[in-house]
Amino acid sequence: MSDSVELYPKAVLDHGRHPRNRRAIADCSHFARSDNPSCGDDVAVSLRIDRGNVIRDAAFDGRSCVLATASASLMTELLVGKTPAQAKMLFQRFHALAAGDTEKFKDGMDVESARMTVLSGVHAYPVRMRCATLAWKTMLAALENERSQQ
Amino acid sequence: MKAAAEEIERPSALKSIDGGGSVSVCHGPDRGGDHAGFYDVEAVRADFPILGETMHGYPLAYLDSAASAQKPFQVIEAEYAFYARDYANIHRGFYVLSQRATELYDQARRKVQAFLNARHEHEIVFTRGATDAINLVAASFGEAFLNEGDEVLLTGLEHHSNIVPWQLLREKKGIVLKAAPVNDAGEVPLDEFIRLLGPRTRLAAFAHVSNVLGTVLPIAEMIRAAHEAGAKVLIDAAQSVAHMKIDVQALDCDFLVFSGHKLYGPTGIGVLYGKEELLDAMPPYQGGGDMIASVSLERTTYAPLPAKFEAGTPPIAQAVGLGAAINYVTAVGLHRIGAHEAGLLAYATERLSAIKPLTIVGTAVQKASVLSFVMDGVHPHDIAQMLDSRGVAVRAGHHCAQPLMARLGLPATVRATFGLYNTTAEVDALTEALEEVEVMFLQ
Repeated sequence: MSDSVELYPKAVLDHGRHPRNRRAIADCSHFARSDNPSCGDDVAVSLRIDRGNVIRDAAFDGRSCVLATASASLMTELLVGKTPAQAKMLFQRFHALAAGDTEKFKDGMDVESARMTVLSGVHAYPVRMRCATLAWKTMLAALENERSQQ
Repeated sequence: MKAAAEEIERPSALKSIDGGGSVSVCHGPDRGGDHAGFYDVEAVRADFPILGETMHGYPLAYLDSAASAQKPFQVIEAEYAFYARDYANIHRGFYVLSQRATELYDQARRKVQAFLNARHEHEIVFTRGATDAINLVAASFGEAFLNEGDEVLLTGLEHHSNIVPWQLLREKKGIVLKAAPVNDAGEVPLDEFIRLLGPRTRLAAFAHVSNVLGTVLPIAEMIRAAHEAGAKVLIDAAQSVAHMKIDVQALDCDFLVFSGHKLYGPTGIGVLYGKEELLDAMPPYQGGGDMIASVSLERTTYAPLPAKFEAGTPPIAQAVGLGAAINYVTAVGLHRIGAHEAGLLAYATERLSAIKPLTIVGTAVQKASVLSFVMDGVHPHDIAQMLDSRGVAVRAGHHCAQPLMARLGLPATVRATFGLYNTTAEVDALTEALEEVEVMFLQ
């Protein structure tokens, strides 16, 4: 399956089968849920951002295909230690990667975000773009949705 | 006047099936077709240019005809010839071309009439598709005959196109929607349907064949029961028209709709069959040219059927193409096509059942040409993606039938569907690719 091997390299299959941080964060500070109406997938993203404005914990939950799951899993790993502004930049970079915009992706890339390249195969499959970016867009929504602290 | 669009000579399946003759002579219903005997699928395939394509280096196995069927060259060339030699706008043209185009358009309508065995030619209304036809009935029949509290009875396995138009009407008129339940096998039990027919049921609207599960509904019995309850009946034949013979007079349905593109014809054309007395009593759906008898700024008199429902320039070339598609399936023979597809469905059911993590969804006793399935632990989108890399084209998702998916407790399925050109070798390709999916994602 030469073509789809690009889409499903070992690291993607591994994240898909054994997703990291697939759970809820009980004391999360930020939360959002969204779905992909074309396939019924849904994903929830919860974040715990501390007073110093750093993401200390990131998790996702829901029902999704291997691509969406792997992308979400990878994302939660990359988010920890980032500020919301850095998280948004990370999304910009991921979006460029998924869209096949290599120049924009590489611009200012660090070693950590280079891990995202395992998902670069998606650019050849425009219909899967939504799968790959589902968790990321949910993360952006979560950043705007701070839970009231009582 | 002799219209030219059909005078195309080429080697074709129709010759080998008919034992000679050309494609242009297949006018009578079932001519040469529906006798038992050898079904030459390779000859049929030779009529479909796209089936020679390769995908990712593999021969195309097109198993998505329920979404849209591929086109034989007879259809492609009928449209080509029409544009190349006979095209003009129809009606009121004083020149030869317009008369020729009008004649071919009317001829296409007569082909549909014969195909469905409608009593009158003017009971056939050309629409943009099945969706458009249902919207026409919802708007126009709804306007004339449905009032607040009146009930429209659907089933739980309808395509969104036979749900949303009625919901729009509900918002406008306050009608009540009911849906006959679906059992675990994916059938609509007749007694449950009958139980929901009440004194206020004005219309029952349901699919002939489920686009997700392939369930064939017992429409003859359902129509009879609905009529006994005093309700009119609309049949959504989008998924059945390419697989089985439909006789609207024998069925006695009040409306029947289908799309051209699922019948190996062009996109952009569909059919509404309606009984004359109902269509006559219904107001126009859209206003415009061609649907009027006379217009003054104060008052408009509408044209008689079917023009009353065909405002504006219709899909003329698409109607001609649809006529060619009807010629094609009629010549191959719908009974033979149905038997061929039933064989493929049985073979595919057997082969896929041997794949351990795979579950076939929809086990109705009466089933046609659709095989839906899920695989434990692998998402339908990932399955479909991997099948594509082996040249196998299937659909994955909710198939525009979310209420049914909710009933089945599934967000999505993978769906393989069979048409007159599919082969057991393609079922083998599907099976082998699924075995690879199993290895890749589950082992």
